[in-house]
Amino acid sequence: MNKLLGAHPRDAALSKTYMFVAFAALLLGGIMGLLQTIERAGLFEMPSYFTYYQALTTHGIVLVVVLTAFFTIGYFYAALSHTLDGLLPKVRKMAWIGFALKIVGFVFVVVPLLMNKATVMYTFYPPMKASPYFYIGLVFIVLGVWMCAFGAFIQVATWRKNNRGKHLPILSFFATGVFVLLFFGSLGVTVEVLTIIPWAFGWTKTINVMVSRTLFWSFGHTLVNIWYLTAVSAWYVIVPKVIGGRRFSDVLTRFVVIALVITNIPGGFHHQIVDPGMSQALKFMHVFMSLVIAIPSMMTAYAMFSVFERRGRELGGKGLLGWFKKMPWGDVRFLAPFIAMVAFIPGGAGGIVQTTNQLNQVVHNTLWIVGHFHLTVGTSVILTFFGISYWLIPYVSKRVLTPRINKVGVIQTIFWTIGMAIMTFSMHIAGLLGAPRRTSYTTYGDHAVAASWDPYTVVVVVGAAFLLVGGVLQLYAVFHLMFRAPKGETEFPLAEPEENASATPYWTERWGRTIILMLLLVAMAYVAPLVNFIINAPPGSPPFVTW
Amino acid sequence: MKMHRYEEIWLTCGISLIVVFMLITGYQTFAMDMGPPSHIETIDPQKVDQTAPFDKPGVNKIGENEYEVVMTLESFVFTPADIEIPAGSTVHFILTSKDVTHGFEVAGTNVNAMVMPGYIQKITQKFGEAGEYLVVCNEYCGAGHQYMSTTIRVV
Amino acid sequence: MESVKPNREEDRHNEGHSQKGTLFSVFMVGTFIALLFVVVFGLYMSRL
Repeated sequence: MNKLLGAHPRDAALSKTYMFVAFAALLLGGIMGLLQTIERAGLFEMPSYFTYYQALTTHGIVLVVVLTAFFTIGYFYAALSHTLDGLLPKVRKMAWIGFALKIVGFVFVVVPLLMNKATVMYTFYPPMKASPYFYIGLVFIVLGVWMCAFGAFIQVATWRKNNRGKHLPILSFFATGVFVLLFFGSLGVTVEVLTIIPWAFGWTKTINVMVSRTLFWSFGHTLVNIWYLTAVSAWYVIVPKVIGGRRFSDVLTRFVVIALVITNIPGGFHHQIVDPGMSQALKFMHVFMSLVIAIPSMMTAYAMFSVFERRGRELGGKGLLGWFKKMPWGDVRFLAPFIAMVAFIPGGAGGIVQTTNQLNQVVHNTLWIVGHFHLTVGTSVILTFFGISYWLIPYVSKRVLTPRINKVGVIQTIFWTIGMAIMTFSMHIAGLLGAPRRTSYTTYGDHAVAASWDPYTVVVVVGAAFLLVGGVLQLYAVFHLMFRAPKGETEFPLAEPEENASATPYWTERWGRTIILMLLLVAMAYVAPLVNFIINAPPGSPPFVTW
Repeated sequence: MKMHRYEEIWLTCGISLIVVFMLITGYQTFAMDMGPPSHIETIDPQKVDQTAPFDKPGVNKIGENEYEVVMTLESFVFTPADIEIPAGSTVHFILTSKDVTHGFEVAGTNVNAMVMPGYIQKITQKFGEAGEYLVVCNEYCGAGHQYMSTTIRVV
Repeated sequence: MESVKPNREEDRHNEGHSQKGTLFSVFMVGTFIALLFVVVFGLYMSRL
């Protein structure tokens, strides 16, 4: 019944506000990115009061934490509302409290950043020490996210109590997985930040560098896989509906969610493959754990092609690949997520290669890595989010997607794709040649090797120019869909499962068991190194402010 | 869980591919000592200059074609800087940081290691051909990070 | 509360539609992964 009436107004207002912040973050983060690329190519000098490294720290936090978190929460709360018959008032209230906490946290983070007191990158590795208020801001952001996670858990638990024995609607199932990861994945970094704050105030004298770093990466990679799982939810549940098809096997879909939840957190160790202090055996176990995530990803690749092939053949596509041509290429709600999926081929492949133990030495901390995550997060995740925005934003704004805005979306997608393709390809090559990441423009004393990297950084600027156009078009479309598009009802495109499929067994709904398995894997991965880094710790490090 | 036969085939092949990757790199790591730099030894980060071998950073010949380079990293310098090595030598780098976390990368080689305060890191490379290698810090370490470089001249 | 349906024959080889194109496509993906590995591994070996 709710599907006919459209979004519950107060739930819609919540999601719309989250969307607004997400795209405001895109604007700010995008400007930072543009400044970075032209500085890095030696074409522009940043002012002394706002350096390359400040722009870079801002770019990372605003895009990988703020944009993504606000979009994810806005999207999944709309999904919870739509598929679970409306948000419980107390859940909605928790989401608003979470919103306020995150905004407060963001202010505490950004002010020191602007004052050059927190130029520590999104990874803020001790013993570099930012203003204590920067870390306090991070705590508020995490608390805000937890509020939203707990709200989602209450919403889902209540629904399950009133619907015993039934499977959780699939999009809410994805939401549950994402919020479980958001909570458990951030426990480690919370502990880290809570030990940093007294050190940043000067109440404790030294910090344990390796424990901090290890705790960070229990969160840092989990986070981006959370965004990946969010995008994947739209690939499985939304895109099949957009093309007029059915979604892939329900049981295999739920299995993929469960697998991604269980294997995500231990996957973070591949950021520490060339660290000292950890044995090669331990590292190799983590390499294995990182590679295990490839399995649900490979299943997803199969599922996507299968859904397209089935629908394409239904529409008359013939031959091995004729079904491809039958897809609705002119519909941005398909085009954007489809390109996002394609981007994950080089993105995921690069991920497999760079995590394979000593191969990491070829690319660690080079521009290859930057290319990698601009493919995975910057394209696969963000283009999916953009594609979602073309129905979600009118849905929560009680407006409709017009053919004109759809066209804007298609053009936007093309510019973004070209931009990312040029940029990431160039970054990957420069990385193989040894160009370091997180480094502002330099000739390294007019060294020939450094000069060999210059053409690639210039090509990156070309890519960024395309992204600029795409970004502006996207922001225009979002603004229009929020405030100017004609009023009306937009459908929430939820695909139906395959007909004649056998019932999904109920073990998929045992979240308790899933969480326990996840925690067991986390213990397997983290107990030994953390205990080791604590017991066999060197004397700790005092704070340093090197900027 | 039922899967189409084709999906089973795909997953079998995909997983096998990854297993092959792991077997190759695992064999190299554990049977041929080619694993990533993972030295486990600690040091007081505030007493680096007084702790051997870092009280005398430098290049030491330890064998026929074998050298040891004891080096400290500090925002934004490598000490010693601009070192010279004969072509064909195997060089063992012994590294630590005196302040924040740095990266030690010799562009165009597999030398790529994290260097943390409180830890001694080691990595070995054979320098076959003559030439000048650029060494950079590839972990952001502050405002002068882009100046943090040195060279290795292989003669 | 567990409800497990026995594995039905009809699901075993659900030939509702041909999935040859899918198999071909994922094998292309697999080939890409393998090639990328060869390239980077080759680079690694050449730099030893």
